[in-house]
Amino acid sequence: MAAIEREATTFQFRDWQRRFGNFATGAGLWLLIIAFVIGAFIWERDGLVTGTVVGSLFALGAIGITLIYGILKFGHFAHGDSMMLSAYLAFMFLTGNIAGETQRSDVELLPFSASDLPGATTKIWEFSFGYSLLVAMGLAAILMAGFLIALDHAVYGPLRRRHSGIVTFSIASLGLALIIRSLMLFIWGSGPRFYSPGIREATELPFDIRILYDQIFILAMALVLMAAVYLLLYRTKLGKAMRAMADNAELARVSGINTDRTVTWTWAIAGALVAVAGVMLGLQTQLRPELGFIVILPLFASAILGGVGSPHGALAGGLIIGIVQETSVTSGILDSGYKFSVAAIVLVMVLLIRPTGLFGVPR
Amino acid sequence: MTETNGKVRLIEATGIFAGYGEVDILHGVSAYVFEGEMVAIIGPNGAGKSTLLRTMFGLLNVRQGSIVLKGNDVTNFRPDKLVLHGLGYVPQVDNVFPTLTIMENLEMGGFVREHGMRDRLDHVFRLFPDLAKRPGDKAGKLSGGQRQMLALGRALMLDPDVLLLDEPSASLSPKMVEMIFDRIKAINEGGTGILLVEQNAREALSVCHRGYVLAMGQNRLEGEASSLLHNEEVGKLYLGA
Repeated sequence: MAAIEREATTFQFRDWQRRFGNFATGAGLWLLIIAFVIGAFIWERDGLVTGTVVGSLFALGAIGITLIYGILKFGHFAHGDSMMLSAYLAFMFLTGNIAGETQRSDVELLPFSASDLPGATTKIWEFSFGYSLLVAMGLAAILMAGFLIALDHAVYGPLRRRHSGIVTFSIASLGLALIIRSLMLFIWGSGPRFYSPGIREATELPFDIRILYDQIFILAMALVLMAAVYLLLYRTKLGKAMRAMADNAELARVSGINTDRTVTWTWAIAGALVAVAGVMLGLQTQLRPELGFIVILPLFASAILGGVGSPHGALAGGLIIGIVQETSVTSGILDSGYKFSVAAIVLVMVLLIRPTGLFGVPR
Repeated sequence: MTETNGKVRLIEATGIFAGYGEVDILHGVSAYVFEGEMVAIIGPNGAGKSTLLRTMFGLLNVRQGSIVLKGNDVTNFRPDKLVLHGLGYVPQVDNVFPTLTIMENLEMGGFVREHGMRDRLDHVFRLFPDLAKRPGDKAGKLSGGQRQMLALGRALMLDPDVLLLDEPSASLSPKMVEMIFDRIKAINEGGTGILLVEQNAREALSVCHRGYVLAMGQNRLEGEASSLLHNEEVGKLYLGA
């Protein structure tokens, strides 16, 4: 009897020790992150601003990855290229052109364009674009949602019904990523494109922060969408069903939740978010087909860093990756060509300390 | 609806052949539940008890045989359709959503319910007052007994006519086993037919009306629970007496 009790106490102690260890590494990691952000604010303000903007884009893409992973249990490697494809689709809707080298000499292939709408190209506030870009972004979001749903029906759905393993899913999505990228190269060519030509205006905010007006738009948009995703997941029936399915798909079916419909909605939401992220990436940098492949690494790093399956983890992960990446360049530590590898370094370091990611639940 | 001596069969599985992949686990199993009845399925490990419940709930394909629910043929219906027909199911393990709160778990149980959610919640909370104490707690943090209560509560949200329970007493302390069986009895007295699979054969037969003994995927014995309890063969094989 005494032996059993002693065993129970040891067990409790170990449990406590494990929890404390978990808490300590978590707290340590957060302190490190906060210290880093403060340091960036003092010494690398420009990098911090750009990093926050880029990071919020990563977060929007990473939320999709984390939702798809949670519900379908596989890493969607075609997400980066879907992001870039959305940017090009918005470009197509914006200009009415599909192919060609420069914006002006393009062959008009669409009978309409968002720019043809009355007053659509008149610049909003100090932004570099009119509401035509918003219309194009909306259309791209709808099309991308439909595109991902179609991919699910054509590729992932049949794999699910065959009970394929996680590796099959990931390889399939990698193959789709290659197809999407080739398609973009084929249609739009390898040269860079811009939504609007010319110089973009910057402004001074308090604390000596310099930010482009377009970047203010990106941050605001990301913030609004994050809030919308949060409300969706925690306040609506669909969102709760998505979380329930991520927890236990079979029990969700047993409860009468239509899991097929939930999967369809998950793709739609991930598609809309990644489309907005893609358009804003195009706004922040430029449109180039290979950017889609390049962003896969920071997108996955953001999702994993925050803890796969956790939407607020994706937000934190995105911001951290974005800020570290940009400050590493502005501080002159790394050449800008290497900046995307920073995501991998940060990811490895965090996973060594805390394998579940920042918000992941230890299993 | 099939009637025997004036009693209505709520659910009836007849000559079921089913299993995983190409291999059949059930070789012609039959079982039914009368209105208001509580029926136990007992038998050794691997007899196909859980497989029978999973098949009745549309989680496994019926290769041969039929399942009739309240007079309607529901063979190979999907689970999300079966819940609409008044069937409920509580799996043995992983029977709650761990990252969802108690309240959200119950809401998911009533997912297809259009209205009357509040009344149903009140009903579940009356049955399991423990759950009403902290509805915002995550289900993953609950003790084994509380988790089982939540799992039952989730299945009750749709007010099923028949409830299939897969080993409700598994891995619970003896005190909790008694409590859970008491609650199941209360659910049954409220008018819900119950078909439960149990490892804990003696406990199950002492609360149930009737029982089936399965072995090797076939019906071995069936009868009144009390007579099975005193049956020599059952005693020797499954009750450890």
